[in-house]
Amino acid sequence: MEVFLQTLVSGILKGGLYALIGTGMTLIMGVMGIINLAHGQMMMVAMYLTYVFFHYMGLDPYVTLLISMPSLFLLGVLIQHFLLNPLMKVDSILPENQVLMTVGIGMVLTEVARFIFTSNYVSVPTSYSTAAWFVGGISFSVALCIAFVLACLLTVMLFWFLIKTDLGRCIRAVAMDGEAAELMGINSERIKVITMGIGAALVAAAGSLLVPIYYLFPDIGGPFTRKAFVITILGGMGSTVGAIFGGLTLGLAEALGTTYMGMQFEDMIGLIIFLLVLLFLPGGFKKLTKV
Amino acid sequence: MIVRDQYFLHIMILILMWVAIGSGWNLISGYTGQVLFGAAAFFGVGAYTAALLMHKLEISAWWGLPLGALVSVALAFPFGWICFRLRGPYFALATLALNEILRHIATIWESLTEGMMGILIMQTFVAKEPYYYIALALAALSVVIVSGVMESRLGYYFVSIREDQDAAESMGINTTFYKMVSLCLAGLLIGLAGALYTNYMGFIDPHVVFSLHNISIMAILVGIVGGVGTVYGPAVGAFIMVAIDELFRSGGFGLLAALGKSTGWQFMDSVTKYVSQAHTLVFGILVIVVILYLPNGVVGDWEVVKKRLLFWKREAA
Amino acid sequence: MAFFEAKGIVKFFGGLAAVNSVSFSVEEGQIYGLIGPNGSGKTTIFNLINGFFPLSHGEIFFRGKKISGLKTHQICRLGIGRTFQVVKPLKRMTVVDNVIASAFLHAGSKNEARALAEEIIEFCGLVPYKDKPARSLPIASRKRMEIARALATKPKLLLLDETAAGLNPSELEEAISLIKKMSESGITLIIVEHIMKVIMTISHRILAINHGVVIAEGTPEEVAANHQVITAYLGEDYSAQS
Repeated sequence: MEVFLQTLVSGILKGGLYALIGTGMTLIMGVMGIINLAHGQMMMVAMYLTYVFFHYMGLDPYVTLLISMPSLFLLGVLIQHFLLNPLMKVDSILPENQVLMTVGIGMVLTEVARFIFTSNYVSVPTSYSTAAWFVGGISFSVALCIAFVLACLLTVMLFWFLIKTDLGRCIRAVAMDGEAAELMGINSERIKVITMGIGAALVAAAGSLLVPIYYLFPDIGGPFTRKAFVITILGGMGSTVGAIFGGLTLGLAEALGTTYMGMQFEDMIGLIIFLLVLLFLPGGFKKLTKV
Repeated sequence: MIVRDQYFLHIMILILMWVAIGSGWNLISGYTGQVLFGAAAFFGVGAYTAALLMHKLEISAWWGLPLGALVSVALAFPFGWICFRLRGPYFALATLALNEILRHIATIWESLTEGMMGILIMQTFVAKEPYYYIALALAALSVVIVSGVMESRLGYYFVSIREDQDAAESMGINTTFYKMVSLCLAGLLIGLAGALYTNYMGFIDPHVVFSLHNISIMAILVGIVGGVGTVYGPAVGAFIMVAIDELFRSGGFGLLAALGKSTGWQFMDSVTKYVSQAHTLVFGILVIVVILYLPNGVVGDWEVVKKRLLFWKREAA
Repeated sequence: MAFFEAKGIVKFFGGLAAVNSVSFSVEEGQIYGLIGPNGSGKTTIFNLINGFFPLSHGEIFFRGKKISGLKTHQICRLGIGRTFQVVKPLKRMTVVDNVIASAFLHAGSKNEARALAEEIIEFCGLVPYKDKPARSLPIASRKRMEIARALATKPKLLLLDETAAGLNPSELEEAISLIKKMSESGITLIIVEHIMKVIMTISHRILAINHGVVIAEGTPEEVAANHQVITAYLGEDYSAQS
């Protein structure tokens, strides 16, 4: 029983972070219709950034948040502006151009990271990396708890931004109907660039928050991209609320799976959920709420 | 064909193998418009069929060719059933997911596949020449199949599905059926290549034959660099991609290492090392560049290529 | 039993009934018109007949056989062809290839298909465009290619969705004569049209719908005089079209 509760706790805590990763991707998907398969790799960049600041300047990851988020925002903006927006004008037989483009970007990011940092595993051992609070025999990892809280905070801020600010409203307008938004004077291209920046910034936050408890290596991007994708599909594309539920679900499923079936199944669980959702619940959780 | 040197034979065998894989990929992705991101699923299944025949049943791995192709085609059915109900990018990603699932299964199900340790089999031929001729036959078969299919009713139906699936249905085309046919043909060719790979290399493991980067993405690159939706595109693409791959893996075909030795410059060692590991980076950059500037590949965008080449010629003159 | 019959067909999208208990029947050889303001459900009815959307309720019969529930390609094989309101050219294929692809439905070999395709291209007046890529065609020719493609499937019943929209007066005359030619060759037509001049002059009978519900059915004169129809079209200037 204790094992079960422990699994639940770890699952939910991790799920909160996953939700942050998924939210960024679903936002990008909803606004641009782009499936960003470089999402996990962007997170990897943020993680390495955090590592560098920790290692060479002793900066705590939570402080580096303030550096990694803007940096990745900029990276996202550059990628969208120079590589993805131009694709709209390219005429090709192959329809899935932009997905492929993001795959290419992901590969480049990974290999550049490998070039700079080698394939060795590195870590960011902070004072609280392995610390845990104990409540009735169940351990709550301090790092994960703080990450969870910060993730919630960021998500709330994102919602406030999307609902209350003008820019946020513009973004939602483009997500609903890009052409109509253009006709109403919204510069779609600029909005897309900003949205990619925001999505990248969110996943950067997740990266900085995760790095105290994860081993870091260049190939860590791939599995996280896949997780982000599963979460997005689970929650329903473009649905930021859905991404929250999707993240929690994936976190729980992975925790339960790895506890009762073994560590090597972690990736598979996500993949199988992905296929099941595509087969049986194509709209994701979002569809369930609208009927 | 009168290539004797062992190294170049090896390269040619690889190129011919990729012509087959690229042609298969082109059928489903380029002509039918259902972009396959998980080609390695079929390659690995073909490879493992051949390997397991030898390893578990002591049957010659050459039976793996017809049987591997058969198993690949059999895989196409559930694969298509799951993926074809999805359109566009979701189809592509579902194929990627299936690719990864198969890789994980091959890794985890050790009692069947020896997991990460891989399977080692005794090769039938010591020399490379026989493999070269078989690979040549496979490549020729692929090109013949593709050009034959595309001239026929199948070809018209495939392209109609790609151009507008709804219109195709209204024209009486059973799109689900024909998408499946296309996938089966693709699986056949890719699976054959996989089985050939097992026979030629003598060793396979999940990491290699189900590889996302080295097989699935390579297949896409062969397709898009050469020319999506053209008969000879995959051949051109295979040649270019294998050449680039080898160029980097071998450090400029051994030139960099030779340069290091002759000049005595220490750092050439590390340069050679970096260059040899850079092929994935180059692939990534190539994806980006090709999609932006040469989206229909060398064959498809031949006019653009000619203009660029002429431009350089004029500059040099 | 009528050549074609729709019985009480209903289609819900979420909570909204886009088509609500529509019934009508068409005799063989007729030109049957379907009119209604924008958003009244005309194209939805076509999508229901064609099998693109499943029916929420009701049944559709064609030549005595129930076709509601069949897949689109099966319905095409049974003899119902269709054009789309927003034309769907197979852009990277030539015009003749577009039609050949359709012709394969009933043709056994490529030569047969090509012969049928060329016949139809001539019937539709597309010969000058035969080998041009579909994407290079102007809108009037695209619409004719759309019809040619549908004709190549040898339909007994052809659903024409706003064939005349967006055409200038001379193109309109050509479109009307093509429609008459098709009817004379024995094909039954159901036409959705906005342009009153077209539909009122060539239809044998007309069904008028609004908000997914039938408001009038009868000969063009009867429907034109119907009070509800006039109200529904208040603002639509019949005379401006002719």
